[in-house]
Amino acid sequence: MDSALIVDRLHFAFTITFHYLFPQLTMGLAPLIVIFKTLALWKKEERYNKAARFWAKIFGINFLFGVITGIPMEFQFGTNWAQFARYSGGVIATTLAMEGGFAFFLESSFLGLFLLGERRLGPKWHWFAAFMVFAGSWLSGYFIVATDAWMQHPVGYAIKEDGAAYLTSFWSLLFNPWVGWQYLHNMLGAVLTGAFVMSAVGAFYVLARKQEEFGRLFIRTGVTAGLIAAAAQAFPVGDAHTKMVADYQPATFAAMEGHYKTETGAPIVLVGQPDIANQTLDNPIVIPRMLSFLTHRRWDAEVKGLNDFPRDQWPDNLPLLYYSYHIMVGLGTMFIAITAVAAFLLWRRKLFNAHWLLWILMLSFPFPYIANTAGWITAEVGRQPWVAFGLIRTEHGFSPTVSAGNAMFTLIGFMGMYLVLGVLFLFLIAREIDHGPKILESQEALAMASNHPVEQPALKGE
Amino acid sequence: MATLWFILVAFMLAVYVVLDGFDLGAGIIHTLAAKTNEERRQILKAIGPVWDGNEVWLIAAGGALYFAFPLLYASSFSGFYLPLMMVLWLLMLRAMGIELRSHVDHPMWRSFYDFMFSAASLLLAIFYGAAIGNVVRGVPLNADGYFFEALWTTFTITDRPGILDWYTVLTGVVALVTLTTHGAHFIATKTDGDVNLRARRIAGVGSVALIAATALSLVATLYVRPQMLDNYRMHPWGAVFPIIVVASLGAMQYFRARQRDFAAFLSSTGYILGMLCGAAFGLYPYLLPARADDTHSLTIYNTATGGYGMAVGLAWWVVGIILAAGYFTYLYRAFRGKVTLEEGQGY
Repeated sequence: MDSALIVDRLHFAFTITFHYLFPQLTMGLAPLIVIFKTLALWKKEERYNKAARFWAKIFGINFLFGVITGIPMEFQFGTNWAQFARYSGGVIATTLAMEGGFAFFLESSFLGLFLLGERRLGPKWHWFAAFMVFAGSWLSGYFIVATDAWMQHPVGYAIKEDGAAYLTSFWSLLFNPWVGWQYLHNMLGAVLTGAFVMSAVGAFYVLARKQEEFGRLFIRTGVTAGLIAAAAQAFPVGDAHTKMVADYQPATFAAMEGHYKTETGAPIVLVGQPDIANQTLDNPIVIPRMLSFLTHRRWDAEVKGLNDFPRDQWPDNLPLLYYSYHIMVGLGTMFIAITAVAAFLLWRRKLFNAHWLLWILMLSFPFPYIANTAGWITAEVGRQPWVAFGLIRTEHGFSPTVSAGNAMFTLIGFMGMYLVLGVLFLFLIAREIDHGPKILESQEALAMASNHPVEQPALKGE
Repeated sequence: MATLWFILVAFMLAVYVVLDGFDLGAGIIHTLAAKTNEERRQILKAIGPVWDGNEVWLIAAGGALYFAFPLLYASSFSGFYLPLMMVLWLLMLRAMGIELRSHVDHPMWRSFYDFMFSAASLLLAIFYGAAIGNVVRGVPLNADGYFFEALWTTFTITDRPGILDWYTVLTGVVALVTLTTHGAHFIATKTDGDVNLRARRIAGVGSVALIAATALSLVATLYVRPQMLDNYRMHPWGAVFPIIVVASLGAMQYFRARQRDFAAFLSSTGYILGMLCGAAFGLYPYLLPARADDTHSLTIYNTATGGYGMAVGLAWWVVGIILAAGYFTYLYRAFRGKVTLEEGQGY
């Protein structure tokens, strides 16, 4: 740990992993809140507004923690990765700066209006504010994924005489072939988090016999959105994204799959522990020929194994890469199973009495978080040893003048700060869930009463 | 083109200081101007809908800096590593102070976050001032364009200075006085009753202190970096910035005496713009002067990105800034007028 490189890598890994726990829920909830606001306008039923208001509270807390933990991200390119920033700033700072210019301004302005301005705006404009918050958060996601896509698959640049990369094509940066599938994959992952959190809260309300009307609404919305997202995530999105990795980062692909020796009719590994020294898997459970079929759509196609790539091209943390990928895929399969069964029972009108399944729904909310985190670990560990794939190695990217001791100092600082933040977050969210959508009604009644001039003195006297 | 981006980045930073400056100032005077829970809620409601959007200007300016001058971004962010990380922590604590205070209805909970909000705002103002001081004074850049500064050394200005020496502490104090006054003008504009009276009193004292602080910082700056005058000698039209500063200081006194809170707030906005533009004008074309060897200095010429990137950037930047100006107009219009506690959710 006396190498600044290791500390800088841990620094970024820790802060980004913690940060992304929050945006994945805000991006996932935003479209669901828009759906509630739309239903409220369309069906003219107040309960949808109450549902939207409740989730806006959860959204607001999440958004705050996302902003708090997000500010360090943009800064870390300069603070801890100065050589990479200098190398790539001419290209990827475009998308990073555009996130500020287009998404953050939009999001932050309309979030203020959405959370605090319902009365001042009226129903239609308030719907508009909700929609703009959704648009802002999804746009923000696009610019970040486009930035990462360039690091995964650099396009639209030229290396000039000073050795740094310069932008040559704005549109190829923005519409990098990598970005489409990766963005969809990421956003569906976020929707899964939103959907599972919503149905978990709903299941809790139904099981606890508390505000059950809202509980059922949340389950219906969460399960429906969850099923659509889970199914689309597997096919076509996950499938296409994996094929892209196989095409552009074949060594990464082999390492992800735990596929060491080149073979025809290669099997796909479901479970097994990689033994890197002997290049085998312990206790494997495999489906014969499946990897060949999924990758090349032919059962007997040849799939190149990790051994056929030069050692210096291998990702540097093979077990982590292998496990994170398999955890993501395994959980993704589980999401399809849970939401499909729940949707079926919902359709047969049996779900709200199937307590065993409600328990499962309630307890599954951590899994999309794990799957999203594991997915990003797969992408970023898989990109190693490069910081921008094929262009600049991670070991050449960190800040030359920041010592390991100073980086460690701030890493420990962030760990302490984030521990406090995490505890506070759980406390605040638990309170909101405990209050539920109903409590907002009584608060509103109070606010209405205090707006009424006659009753005001009485309230003040309390 | 590089000059244009120098102006644009400086413009974004100036907008940031003006906008987030008033909510930082509101934080500094939070516990002084507002004593009861209701009064403190008035202050939070005044900045509540806008502080986050204001802070986005910092992120956007940081992004634009990274985009237009990658080497400057890489060099300064790694060189100012420790103070920048502390600024990040302070921004985090401050956001928690504003947003979490009203989540639990208990006096201990509230006083904790009141203190956090206030202390973080105060320290941030000093840090920002010290940051400007560091840029003006110059940093120990090496031949590769990198440097690293410790937090403090001997408080004298040497060729290997720390973040804090007597000059940067002075600029930190100037920033503190500036933003306190700026925030007090804003809170006076947005509130009535006792908060308004106390904010006016703070603004009154601050406006006078600001005159002394400005004079002191001017003398000190010319001592630390006499080259700041070169551009003013070559291009006398630059005198417009000091004139704006002096006129704003005068206008602030005039409007303060007549209790015209909003006009006084606009005067302090003018003061901040005049000071920042004056400093940027004096620095140009330097972005980060080297302390010992001037050939190591970072200028707009040796740090700028390619011409294509800057040209494309200009196109989307203009679109983005027009949109942002639209949102901000809409946002500030929706929450215009004095704050009332009864209405709406939050804080």
